[in-house]
Amino acid sequence: MAKIRGAVTVNTERCKGCNLCVVACPAKVLSLQPKEVNNRGYHFAYMSAPDKCIGCSSCALVCPDACIEVYRVKVDE
Amino acid sequence: MEDKHMDVQDIIKPENRVYKKPALLNDTHMHYCPGCSHGVVHKLVAEVIEEMGAAEIAIGIAPVGCAVFAYNYIDVDWIEAPHGRAPALATAAKRLQPDKLVFTYQGDGDMAAIGTAESLHAANRGENIAMIFINNAIYGMTGGQMAPTTLLGMKTSTTPYGRRADLNGYPLAITGLMAQLDGTCYVTRQSVETPAAVRKAKAAIRKAFENSMHGKGTSVVEIVSTCNSGWKMTPADANKWMEENMFKKYPIGDLKNE
Repeated sequence: MAKIRGAVTVNTERCKGCNLCVVACPAKVLSLQPKEVNNRGYHFAYMSAPDKCIGCSSCALVCPDACIEVYRVKVDE
Repeated sequence: MEDKHMDVQDIIKPENRVYKKPALLNDTHMHYCPGCSHGVVHKLVAEVIEEMGAAEIAIGIAPVGCAVFAYNYIDVDWIEAPHGRAPALATAAKRLQPDKLVFTYQGDGDMAAIGTAESLHAANRGENIAMIFINNAIYGMTGGQMAPTTLLGMKTSTTPYGRRADLNGYPLAITGLMAQLDGTCYVTRQSVETPAAVRKAKAAIRKAFENSMHGKGTSVVEIVSTCNSGWKMTPADANKWMEENMFKKYPIGDLKNE
């Protein structure tokens, strides 16, 4: 059966660490960096569980700063 | 046959991309607070204009308020209106150049307070413009003062014990007024707190812009929004508070669709 795999990239300098993508993600893929910050001092979002991503774009849709790009691919098992 | 344990780097390729920042949204860092609804609505406006292929004919009228710098963020032609006068400028722009896509982008102070006359009369005249109205029930830019749309009991810097009907009057649902006017063809209330709501809001903005191009009358898209800085909440809590409290006074859905 084909399976959907996804991945996101975050424009870390544009990210303001608002946490909305983390809340919106149905697969609990994203987290905010616990210690690292960008040049503006925000704890930016990153994929903490990249294997779970299904490429649904929920994070990107709710992102107020449009910093998330979503990639999706169908994988045969 | 691909390996099911494929690496993330194998997925991140241009041919697999399903969502990216719209090209019309500039790389300029937006001055909005983290989690502000304005960013989402800017993104939707940029996406809709891009999908309609209207980048060359779009004229936005920026308000006074937090969205005053909208012209720095969306790469179309903009006019900056004096406070509240965006519909008056939009009227002029659309009448002089009827083939352009003219829209206003207004906050609750701009549309429901200082610009009530302009907004209601533009809608009553049935000007072929689209109005995007961001209702976050507070004056975000000036420091969280009470807006006409502030809910009863809601704490702001000018109503620190909550808004009282006897002292401050009642919250004003201005899109409800506009729906009663003969000049409007499409009045809707949307929100952008969940992915599904964002998709619906985008469809509403698209419909409003198309109505404006087809000369059907005034379209008003109210976006019930959050101001997490003004409300003194985290962005996620503000979304939840909005769902629990704002939607009672400002229910989501079409108020008029002709």
